[in-house]
Amino acid sequence: MKILVTAKRVVDANVNVRVLSDNSGVDINNVKMAVNPFDEIAIEEAVRIREAGNAEEVVVASIGPTQCKEQIRTALALGADRGIFVETDADIQPLAVAKLLKALVDKENPDLIILGKQAIDGDNIQTGQMLAALAGLPQATFASEILLADGEATVTREIDGGMETITVKTPAVITADLRLNEPRYASLPNIMKAKKKSIDTYTPEELGVDVTPRLTTLKVEPPSDRQAGVIVADVEELVDKLKNEAKVI
Amino acid sequence: MVPIEQEENNMDFNFNDQQIAIRDSVSKICADFGEDYWLQRDSDGKFPVEFLDAITAGGWLGIAMPEEYGGAGLGIVEAAILSHTITRSGAGFSGASAVHLNLFGPHPIVVFGTNEQKQRFLPRLIAGKDRACFGVTEPDAGLNTARLSTKATRDGDHYVLNGRKMWTSTAQTANKILIIARTTPFEECEKPMDGLSLFYTDLDRSKIEVRLIDKMGRKAVDSNALFIDDLIVPVEDRIGAEGDGWKCLLHGLNPERILIAAESVGLGQAALERAANYARERIVFDRPIGKNQAIQHPLAVNWMELEAAHLMAFKAAALYDNGQSCGAEANAAKYLAAEAALSACQRAVLTHGGMGYAKEFHVERYLREIMIAVIAPVSQEMIKSFIAEKVLGQAKSY
Ligand SMILES: Cc1cc2nc3c(=O)[nH]c(=O)nc-3n(C[C@H](O)[C@H](O)[C@H](O)COP(=O)(O)OP(=O)(O)OC[C@H]3O[C@@H](n4cnc5c(N)ncnc54)[C@H](O)[C@@H]3O)c2cc1C
Repeated sequence: MKILVTAKRVVDANVNVRVLSDNSGVDINNVKMAVNPFDEIAIEEAVRIREAGNAEEVVVASIGPTQCKEQIRTALALGADRGIFVETDADIQPLAVAKLLKALVDKENPDLIILGKQAIDGDNIQTGQMLAALAGLPQATFASEILLADGEATVTREIDGGMETITVKTPAVITADLRLNEPRYASLPNIMKAKKKSIDTYTPEELGVDVTPRLTTLKVEPPSDRQAGVIVADVEELVDKLKNEAKVI
Repeated sequence: MVPIEQEENNMDFNFNDQQIAIRDSVSKICADFGEDYWLQRDSDGKFPVEFLDAITAGGWLGIAMPEEYGGAGLGIVEAAILSHTITRSGAGFSGASAVHLNLFGPHPIVVFGTNEQKQRFLPRLIAGKDRACFGVTEPDAGLNTARLSTKATRDGDHYVLNGRKMWTSTAQTANKILIIARTTPFEECEKPMDGLSLFYTDLDRSKIEVRLIDKMGRKAVDSNALFIDDLIVPVEDRIGAEGDGWKCLLHGLNPERILIAAESVGLGQAALERAANYARERIVFDRPIGKNQAIQHPLAVNWMELEAAHLMAFKAAALYDNGQSCGAEANAAKYLAAEAALSACQRAVLTHGGMGYAKEFHVERYLREIMIAVIAPVSQEMIKSFIAEKVLGQAKSY
């Protein structure tokens, strides 16, 4: 079995991003970048599946500028076996990502594709779903548990109302939620090994994908400052404030 | 594999993918040991075993050791990234010193040890099975290392060591010691640095009394006075030839200075980050204190000084890894980093006002810890003397 996972390059979760003065986006100059945390969970899950003897190969893909190779190396250090880098400086939107991944799925024929449920920069929560639709594969999103047996994946999903368990036939697209696992840290010997693993590079043109943006960003604004909270003495005071001050109940 | 693209003749100040991976991975380990952990260690004085274990488990102790003995075979640049990341996380010297000795300390073994010695010593160090301390400083010699008086007398297949060492860090828990001692009396040597020999041997507590020194900071990582009484050291534990001890030790000194410099910069940056945050958030006279130039300007200066010292440290490290001479740069890096970081730590305390003096705001701990880098492993005065003499051709002043 072969598993395809993704490693999107995003601003590190601990960085406080600032909105550019012309409101065209956020300033990511000289900002620490990292693998999207949900992708890290996806990578970890795939590596665990392989370590448990249920897969032979974990292939990791990243799309974007040349620095994305850092994220591929990180994924390789976490245990992925091989990398695919789709190099482009274009603004790559979720549909384009899904199309590029679809092209990779056609090339690689993985038995399982695990992605983060969302990326912490755009928070679009679209790529996995669109990839499944484009590739004509079943999908199981927001996974908190994955069990593989007999050509099927039984996936526990975190949904608004609680948990839901579904079974999908593989190949399938699964997106990883926060509680699926706790990713390991790359050890030094594994970082060294990652150096020797191969990365294939493609361009969107080579994959035959048109990545022209279809969405336009009108304006990016920082969220308004949060007001300081108050500590209430008891439930009665809380209810009173919610009713009479905030007027929400 | 896709090679790292690097244009020729292009000066590159960026870390490569692997160096970034090293930094990121180490900072994840450090993130599990937050400010409360280090505050606690500063008050109870317990050695940060959990932290050292986590670093050891990741294989990090072998970063600069040869691959054939289980290390990663990387250079001082990578070791400096590791050290810098540790102090930068807020772990300060309590964190860095817990691993530091195991990074550069064995260097003389790597360079001058026989294959048998490397096989016997290095894998155990990398695996954390052995922990080493470093016995150079003596109470009566001070910075004048030629006057070391701990004596090693050859007796058949072993040496017998007698004398005292001072400040030996981590000797409370180490089971090995890298120790330098006189094998030929000073008076009989042609040159002052002759006649010293280096040993890496068991820290035999029946022959070495280890007395804790109560000190200003870094309480969790002990420093000690050692009283050595007829310590038996087998000849096979001698590193390099008899009388070549200083030459062997010398090889590890520049890397040590570079690591101390990187550690200092990291701690200074941690202090500066706290100061900048506090300056933004603390409101006095209805405005953030950072709105006053008297508060923001010194912080800007701290940033510049730290960046400059950081560059010097990595320049020295790159020279070292390229096999070029780096004595002036390594010493300059230690000097600049200690000054920059001391200034940043002091400024961080001042920016916090009264709260800077409170332990729960952490910066007073940083200030106490950064003094170590100002004093050791070589004083700022000796560095100035060295630069004046070796770089500027002035008369030797000491
Ligand atoms: C926390 C800590 C941990 C340490 N850990 C270790 C360890 O693990 N192993 C180890 O071997 N050592 C260790 N040391 C020792 C450290 O390396 C020495 O303290 C340092 O080298 C200074 O030596 P000294 O204390 O004997 O100072 P001294 O030589 O007594 O110097 C005192 C002062 O006089 C100045 N001075 C002396 N001569 C001159 C001169 N000619 N010109 C101008 N100024 C001069 C010095 O610069 C200094 O300011 C540690 C020290 C500390 C504080």
